[in-house]
Amino acid sequence: MLAVQEKFNWLPPQALDYISRRLNVRKPRIYHIATFYKVFSLEPRGKHILQLCMGTACHVRGAKLIADELSRRHGIHFGETTDDGLFTLERVNCLGACAIGPILVVDGDYKGNMTTNRANAVIKRLKREATEEDAANA
Amino acid sequence: MPKLGTIEQVKRFQEKCKTALDKFPLVVSLCHGTACCAIGAKELAAAFEEALNGEKSVKFIKSGCHGFCEVGPLVVVRPLDVVYQRVKPSDVPEIVERSLKKGEVIDRLLYRPRGNGKVYAKEEEIPFYAKQSKVVLALNSRIDPYSIDDYMAYGGYGALAKALLEMTPDEVLQEIVDARLRGRGGGGFDAGRKWKGCRSAPGERRHIICNADEGDPGAFMDESILEGNPHSVIEGMVIGAWAIGGTDGFIYVRNEYPRALRAFSNALKQAREYGFLGENILSSGMDFDIKVSRGGGAFVCGESSALFRSLEGDVGEPRAKYIHSVERGYHDEPTNLNNVETWANVPHIINRGAKWFRSLGTEDSPGTKVFSLVGKVENTGLIEVPMGITLKEVIFEIGGGIKEGRDFKAVQTGGPSGGMLSQSQLDLPVDFDVLTEAGSMMGSGGMIVMDEGTCVVDVAKYFTDFLIEESCGKCLPCREGLMHMSRILHRITEGQGEPKDMESLKRLGDAVAVASLCGLGTSAPNPVLSSIKYFEDEYLAHINERRCPGRVCRALISYHIDPDTCTGCGTCEKVCPVEAIQPVAGEEREEGLLRIIDLAVCDKCDACREVCPEEAILVESPAIALEHYRENVTEKR
Repeated sequence: MLAVQEKFNWLPPQALDYISRRLNVRKPRIYHIATFYKVFSLEPRGKHILQLCMGTACHVRGAKLIADELSRRHGIHFGETTDDGLFTLERVNCLGACAIGPILVVDGDYKGNMTTNRANAVIKRLKREATEEDAANA
Repeated sequence: MPKLGTIEQVKRFQEKCKTALDKFPLVVSLCHGTACCAIGAKELAAAFEEALNGEKSVKFIKSGCHGFCEVGPLVVVRPLDVVYQRVKPSDVPEIVERSLKKGEVIDRLLYRPRGNGKVYAKEEEIPFYAKQSKVVLALNSRIDPYSIDDYMAYGGYGALAKALLEMTPDEVLQEIVDARLRGRGGGGFDAGRKWKGCRSAPGERRHIICNADEGDPGAFMDESILEGNPHSVIEGMVIGAWAIGGTDGFIYVRNEYPRALRAFSNALKQAREYGFLGENILSSGMDFDIKVSRGGGAFVCGESSALFRSLEGDVGEPRAKYIHSVERGYHDEPTNLNNVETWANVPHIINRGAKWFRSLGTEDSPGTKVFSLVGKVENTGLIEVPMGITLKEVIFEIGGGIKEGRDFKAVQTGGPSGGMLSQSQLDLPVDFDVLTEAGSMMGSGGMIVMDEGTCVVDVAKYFTDFLIEESCGKCLPCREGLMHMSRILHRITEGQGEPKDMESLKRLGDAVAVASLCGLGTSAPNPVLSSIKYFEDEYLAHINERRCPGRVCRALISYHIDPDTCTGCGTCEKVCPVEAIQPVAGEEREEGLLRIIDLAVCDKCDACREVCPEEAILVESPAIALEHYRENVTEKR
């Protein structure tokens, strides 16, 4: 299931059906496991994966302010994908790089010493890129 | 590579590795740990590789975490023995030209702590390192974690050869018992007793498991050991298997640590090639191997019985504690589970003996402990100290005190299961029993420092919410009790607290502690109970005065601009996303008009305070800010 998650970024129902049949494990148990562990997602995820570290060290350094900023200003909430399919925000508990907290990971790229202003800049840049791409495709 | 079979062969091979290593007159060790990589160590590595261009006389190491993350990326040059801090790729040619070729020290890259004007060149001189005594982390900056030869050059796998070829399992076991090694994962349970229990438990198979599901937020000790010196953990586990009679091994690694996983998997492969894992290890007749299993982002899976269920491929729910895992653990068979740091200590004990180990630390908690020192402390990083050192020494001497010279408020140890300690506990020695007595616990080694700008109630709320999220939901006290505690805490931080809330919190906390099933549940109320014990004032300020002393709780603060400090530069106005900042007509300052924050519009996002070059933006309780607003706006209009 970890492999499926990694490949597709979520667990499509067809894949879970397949796993259930192949391993001869009933579906409720599969779903029990899929919903218990945080790495699994039962919904497709956005184009950009944002992970905000909410570890204690990042928390006391102001990660909450950034979380609020993302949700209030940009409508990006923990565990959800935005309606335009652009962003998914995940909450992670400590990435082990507390010296540079708060940390926002944008598509695997660690951005340390995050502030509300820098977070705003990142989101704006990604949004702008998406619009430009759309314009180029149109 | 022929498999090694006698102690002489191992020794000879170690010599060979050492000679190979000594051939390099110069060594550059770049910290390639997670934190340093996030601030540019990767680019730095590329720059070094280019500048060195296959230079034969220099050994370039991408090592594990050196510890001093605060001033990373770090580079150590030997035999000059200097530490360069905050190195940028543009500094690389100069390091190669001057330090490597001419043996000069580059002054501007040396470490200068804020305030005292001193300059430090060598590792042992830097106060952050001077007070530490490194055992488990000793090799981190010296070896390439991806090279088993490097590890063996420093005597690696010597303890394994000694244990398997010169000692009986009973002797090894006795050595661990005599060393009084206690589990480094949190509880501090006597490892020797655990090993003995597992060895004598009835059963065909015995499982040896390494717990690397380091879930405590703000802790990264185990990650750094796995990343920096994975072979020490393997060596420890194989020695454990010998003493206990283990038939197979597992390591359960957190999914959030892909780098540690990579380093460890590579180390396993090498150990197999060299015959330290697999069939008939060192011709001793023992077969043993280690499998890697990845976690799925569930905190509770660090709890032993939950971890076993997760390993079996099921949902990680704990079970009642009266069943001992040494008798019935993984697949209900005898299992010995220890954490990464505990295993990494084992080779050292076998090499240097129980007596040496007990000469470190205190009588009841011998040895050293690795901590991740984080939060509002000047020197964030990974440290290893002898047990019994005081909190004050750790925070103020190694940690260099509080960031920006602010005042200390609290230190939190033991993660979500631990507690907060105040100023008056700073002289306490750090050992398992003292911290537990004080209402906190050692935990796995996270140490989070908080300054006056932290709200204790907010942190207690944070931990409680964390635990609600992570509670597996199997037993009621933990699931429902925490929920209600959180509701009360939220009310308090929103300025709706009532005097009776304190009593309710204590009662709920006690009930959760007594009635929960697993260790995580019983310790879950610790953050709240300990903060009430030591910081009751802060709770009362929230409840009775509707004031947040740390100025964190959003409902109880507001932002305003100090008219005496503001220079009218207007930077804040530009960043304000809700246009709450306006100029005040007629109030000329050096760079423009004085600005003011419209409290009705401001949504307290902190953007203005971040950018203000004069620190003119103050955070106060609403009453003070309102008064200020009246003075400056209402009257002038």
